[in-house]
Amino acid sequence: MILLETKGLTASYGQFRALFGVDVSLSAGETVAIIGANSAGKSTLLRSITGVLRNDPSMVLHRGEAIGALPPEIVMQRGIAMVPEGRKLFPSLSVEENLKIGGQVRRAIGPWNLEAIYDLFPILREKRNVPGTALSGGQQQMVAIGRALMSNPEVLLCDEISLGLAPVVIRDIYAAMPRIKASGAAIIVVEQDIGRALSVADRVYCMMEGRVTLSAPAATVSRDAIHTAYFGDAA
Amino acid sequence: MIWIDTLVQGILLGGLYALFAAGLSLVFGIMRLVNLAHGDMIIFAAFAILLITGSLGLNPFLAALIAAPLMFALGWALQRFVLNHVLGKDILPPLLVTFGLSVALQNGMLEAFSADSQRIPAGPLESASVNLGIVTVGWMPLLTFATAIAVIVGLNQIFYRTALGRAFRATSDDPVTASLMGIAPKGIFAIATGLAMVVVTIAALYLGMRANFDPSIGPARLIYAFEAVIIGGLGSLWGTLAGGIIIGVAQTMGAAINPEWQILSGHIAFLIVLLIRPRGLFPRAVD
Amino acid sequence: MAPHVIIRTRMGTIAGIAALALIGIGLALPAIAPRALIQDLFTILTLLTLAQLWNLLAGYGGLVSVGQQAFVGIGAYAMFAGVILLGLDPVLAIPLGGIAALALAIPTAFFAFRLQGAYFAIGTWVIAEVTRLLVAQWKALGGGTGTSLPREATSDIIGVESIRALFGVREAAARDILAYWLALALAALTIAAIYWLLRNRLGLALAAVRDNTEAAKSVGVDARRIKWAVFLIAAFMTGLVGALIYVQTARISPDAAFSVIDWTAYVIFIVVIGGIGRIEGPILGVIVFYILQSTLADYGAWYLLTLGLIAIAVMLFAPRGLWGLLSDKTGLHLFPVQRRLEGIDLKGGK
Repeated sequence: MILLETKGLTASYGQFRALFGVDVSLSAGETVAIIGANSAGKSTLLRSITGVLRNDPSMVLHRGEAIGALPPEIVMQRGIAMVPEGRKLFPSLSVEENLKIGGQVRRAIGPWNLEAIYDLFPILREKRNVPGTALSGGQQQMVAIGRALMSNPEVLLCDEISLGLAPVVIRDIYAAMPRIKASGAAIIVVEQDIGRALSVADRVYCMMEGRVTLSAPAATVSRDAIHTAYFGDAA
Repeated sequence: MIWIDTLVQGILLGGLYALFAAGLSLVFGIMRLVNLAHGDMIIFAAFAILLITGSLGLNPFLAALIAAPLMFALGWALQRFVLNHVLGKDILPPLLVTFGLSVALQNGMLEAFSADSQRIPAGPLESASVNLGIVTVGWMPLLTFATAIAVIVGLNQIFYRTALGRAFRATSDDPVTASLMGIAPKGIFAIATGLAMVVVTIAALYLGMRANFDPSIGPARLIYAFEAVIIGGLGSLWGTLAGGIIIGVAQTMGAAINPEWQILSGHIAFLIVLLIRPRGLFPRAVD
Repeated sequence: MAPHVIIRTRMGTIAGIAALALIGIGLALPAIAPRALIQDLFTILTLLTLAQLWNLLAGYGGLVSVGQQAFVGIGAYAMFAGVILLGLDPVLAIPLGGIAALALAIPTAFFAFRLQGAYFAIGTWVIAEVTRLLVAQWKALGGGTGTSLPREATSDIIGVESIRALFGVREAAARDILAYWLALALAALTIAAIYWLLRNRLGLALAAVRDNTEAAKSVGVDARRIKWAVFLIAAFMTGLVGALIYVQTARISPDAAFSVIDWTAYVIFIVVIGGIGRIEGPILGVIVFYILQSTLADYGAWYLLTLGLIAIAVMLFAPRGLWGLLSDKTGLHLFPVQRRLEGIDLKGGK
């Protein structure tokens, strides 16, 4: 069953058009990777899905219903949770409060609660009373993921979760992905790190200059195809 | 001994100013909005309490209990239907809207209640006093000060112990990310302004029982509140109490030297603090 | 055609000629106009000047001051001091008003610039209050109750005798005409000066500072210096207007001279209703304001209540004021200060 899809999604910042008719879809239980270079439109795609950028209603569908014009808080309450780029922890809130606020408005029945998050990322249990922004980048990323999981979302959107982190930290964070997948959430990972993205994804979309240039099963996609989709023919 | 008496009176007066300031501080802390009609809303609430005591024959404290939810609704509606539409990067529109509101409210009250001085009758409490050994203080100033402390403790409890307070702080930090948590920032703003109006009602109760008021005195209350907030450091409620006390003590000390200097001394104390501690006495680490 | 930046519009040139003609008519008006009209025009012109100056501060400089009454008041009191204490002619004492306001503006800016955004507004208000309370202690000028210009000072103001002879009017009417001419000159000078400032480097720098102080800094615009300059210029001119107003009124008190309603609230409403951030705004605003005042003045507080509500409505539904609405509909720019890029095609998207 298709949970979430975009149909001919366009988006612009003022005069600048960032997306030119993007079609992507996500089925229940599936993990999809969206890869592409800087400014390919990946983050804009997620901002459009979450409602931070408003669109024509029918350009984004959730369970077949048009949600493209809904504000972010309503989109989130429908079960679409976001791990924003740059982590965006609340500096006035402690680690535990940052986690709690993720499940404060919507809390579906599911496996995720404070204890489960602390089991997933044990370091957070030690730091539970520290201000969120006092943590290292990798630990902050764990809080951001945990915060999104606290609502037991149907769809989890992860925007550049490896950006700016050391490889060993990225490995720790990606180590948690199988458990998140196993909990039943459908996941979209937006990544520049192609290897990481392919390692967790069932399917992969590649974007370039605001368009989808490749859509393929992650297991069988060839390096060459990705290279062409990523950099264009000229590269 | 007269100086100790003046000092104590000043500290207690600071409690009233902290009550004026708490609502202003709350709203600024959450949405960076300065409501220039804040003082006039205190006067408006005082008239509302007076009206309720008069028409229902109620004790002023009970009247304030009735006025508080009404003021909450008013604040909520003001934010929801007016202020939310002008909030944004540009600080000019909300300032000008609240300035227009201030002038409109003052003159609306002038038409409705006339320019006559009014007072909320508080019965024997008005003149009752208690002997504390070195000084004798009125029950009313003492009660005001205790209420100011209770209000600050209460607001801090809401801020740091409840889910609503968590949403307040998160929205204040970053409204867009808060909305990704399912929190509607504009709804939070409306609740915050409603809450500020409840604090305004409490301030109005004591303002109206302690001294005469008329529709024109709102702006001066706004200025005292503002001075207390700046002296305390933006966003710190206990700092606001300290700021109120500094203004209060400066005013009573000034008045003890020359009655004409009362208001002036308060302002000058504010300017001195601004000169040596531009960010206030207890600035918040963030922002 | 090669891409180039232009400011001038055809309407702007026509408006310039029309403005000169208007000033000419304005100068000759006392020959036929009744005294009441001259007095009304005096009020309109002084309010217009104050509104232009406030617009320069808030609309162009991003400095929302609610304390401009400080400079009106101190300017007026300095003029009174020049007349009463130094025995100057009231008209010759007007520059003292500007100088005193400038002197007050320096400490005011020093304090108020420590406050950000909205708090700057109330900070300026506090300083105006402090100034009012201090001036009320000035016993030589009547303390809290105020004083009047002495009869011997107002009876032989420079130029009044010639105006009497020219128009064949009484001395009081001649004084009004003189004040009116000075108000006309001050208004024209202020508008011309602001127009000139905005069309030059300062205009660009101001726009940069208002839109983004940090970015302006990074391209070499010293935001602090620009803000100081705008604040001091506006204070000086506001002080001159204050002094002129009280030459005509001839009676002063701290409460009147430092009135936040008369010298700041009205002025803000004029700018907001007319259109903030445009030179045309205050001109349109003062006309609307005058019409409202003439029709509603008998209703006392209702008048101010209405004015406040109109200002709120304008901010909600037409944040760029009546002139903004008009300009959007007609594309009219009487005082073009916007820089427009011409000669290239802008293509969106791909």
